[in-house]
Amino acid sequence: MSIRFDGVGAAHPGGDPVLHGIDLRIEAGERVALIGPSGAGKTSLLRVMGSSLPASSGTLRVLGDEPASLSGAQLKRLRSRIGLIHQSPPLPARQRVVTAVSAGRLGQWSTLRALASLCYPLDIAGVRAVLRPLDLDDKLFERCDQLSGGQLQRVGIARVLYQQAELILADEPVSAMDPNLADHTLGLLNRLATERGTTLVASLHAVDLALRHFPRVIGLRSGAVVFDCPASEVTEADLQALYANANIDVPNKPRSSDFHTQADQPHFSVRSTVPRCL
Amino acid sequence: MSVIPDPTVARRDPAALSRLLMTALALALLWPGLVITEFDLPALLDSRNLSTVGAFLKGFWPPEVSDDFLGLLWVATLQTLAMATAGLALALLAAVPLSLIATRSLSVSGVAGRQHGWLARSIRYTARLVMIVLRSVPELVWALLFVRAVGLGPTAGVLAIAIAYSGMLGKVYAEIYESVDQRPAQALLQAGSSRLSAFFYGVLPGAAQELTSYTLYRWECAIRASVVMGFVGAGGLGQMIDLSIRMFAGGEVATILGTFLILVLFADQLSSLLRRRLA
Repeated sequence: MSIRFDGVGAAHPGGDPVLHGIDLRIEAGERVALIGPSGAGKTSLLRVMGSSLPASSGTLRVLGDEPASLSGAQLKRLRSRIGLIHQSPPLPARQRVVTAVSAGRLGQWSTLRALASLCYPLDIAGVRAVLRPLDLDDKLFERCDQLSGGQLQRVGIARVLYQQAELILADEPVSAMDPNLADHTLGLLNRLATERGTTLVASLHAVDLALRHFPRVIGLRSGAVVFDCPASEVTEADLQALYANANIDVPNKPRSSDFHTQADQPHFSVRSTVPRCL
Repeated sequence: MSVIPDPTVARRDPAALSRLLMTALALALLWPGLVITEFDLPALLDSRNLSTVGAFLKGFWPPEVSDDFLGLLWVATLQTLAMATAGLALALLAAVPLSLIATRSLSVSGVAGRQHGWLARSIRYTARLVMIVLRSVPELVWALLFVRAVGLGPTAGVLAIAIAYSGMLGKVYAEIYESVDQRPAQALLQAGSSRLSAFFYGVLPGAAQELTSYTLYRWECAIRASVVMGFVGAGGLGQMIDLSIRMFAGGEVATILGTFLILVLFADQLSSLLRRRLA
């Protein structure tokens, strides 16, 4: 099992609760899409999975480890097995593609090896091999600021592939792309994850992309799971309920200082209902 | 939806008052400063003082260009350059580790989401404190100290620059690391990278240009500082200009000043060349 959540809640460091009572099982090699309105807690859920946001309640296991009980060094080792794909790839503009992709293995390399590879790339063939299926092997020695947004995002994916992550967490990986490129990139990511048997969890705001590319779809709203279904069983009603009135502020707020996020004020009692499907 | 006017939102820019007060405070602090330093522009423009300065400056022309003098000047210039360069290199040895300890940009506790940040904070603060102590004593005072310890000569100057500049470089380096985009390094730390690797792969690419430019500027400052320390016996161009002024040899002073100009010009060119290369 890749991920196991039992009644997990989480809060921002400031104190606002963002997730409530999340129960989840994600098997190794599964591909799951997270959908839901803005502020539903998709990013927070991914951050808890990636052990960068601690759970405030409940228990969770990620790749067989309990992040909360790990020492610093063990946590580092766990993190090196988790690959993160960000909304905008965090690559230094002046870095070359070969270096940016090599950085995927920093969690496995000694600092000395990392330094040596910075002076002269030690694994050019390995980097080229992960860039090839992404059609980027000709950009190996180009600088990141010479690539387009879509190419840069694919470099970010190449880094995670080079990392040989067992679990890939992608936070809105295609939100900066045009529909065609988004479709192509998600298809590629899913194909590569399937080939390698990697678990893939991605948050998406495009529902059609989630349904088309992922076998399993989880609907989140106000920090709780509303439905957790195979993509084929997600109904129009599910989606209607998920997004209904979601991005409209609740009127007649008592005082402006009481305004937090939409996440801590459920508009309807999702917490008491059992998620549909699973 | 109708927009209901919210009485809690001010009609005027709420920041205006504090900005006005800060400006007034800055001006109010400037005035006593001028009074305490007995800043007196008329005294400078007084005709008697002006003629004294004029006579002093008249002695500067023509510059001294005899072969003997230029030979001495060449040796002294090399000595000054060597003092500045060696001092800065030694300063870097201390400044780089101190800056890495002091910077917040490689803080793992931020990534971990764990709350044992107090230990990291106190280590960072200690590094900051060390750098404050190193740079709070002016290099001239360090030089006076080392002239007594190791005797007259450039060694005292090298040590003085190394100590004072390690504090300055370390402080500014740490701030440069914090001023670049933090996401690359944070993403690497989140993927299990060590802090040093995250620095080299995530921070350095964005910071290299600034770091080079600041280091070269400090090298330029070190050249000037080594000249000043020459006055207290640390050798080089400073000792030479000190002797020339004492002997009222204005021409020699003019030539030495011209040398300073060339040195600073050279440092400036080198800096812009390297900045272009790293851009």
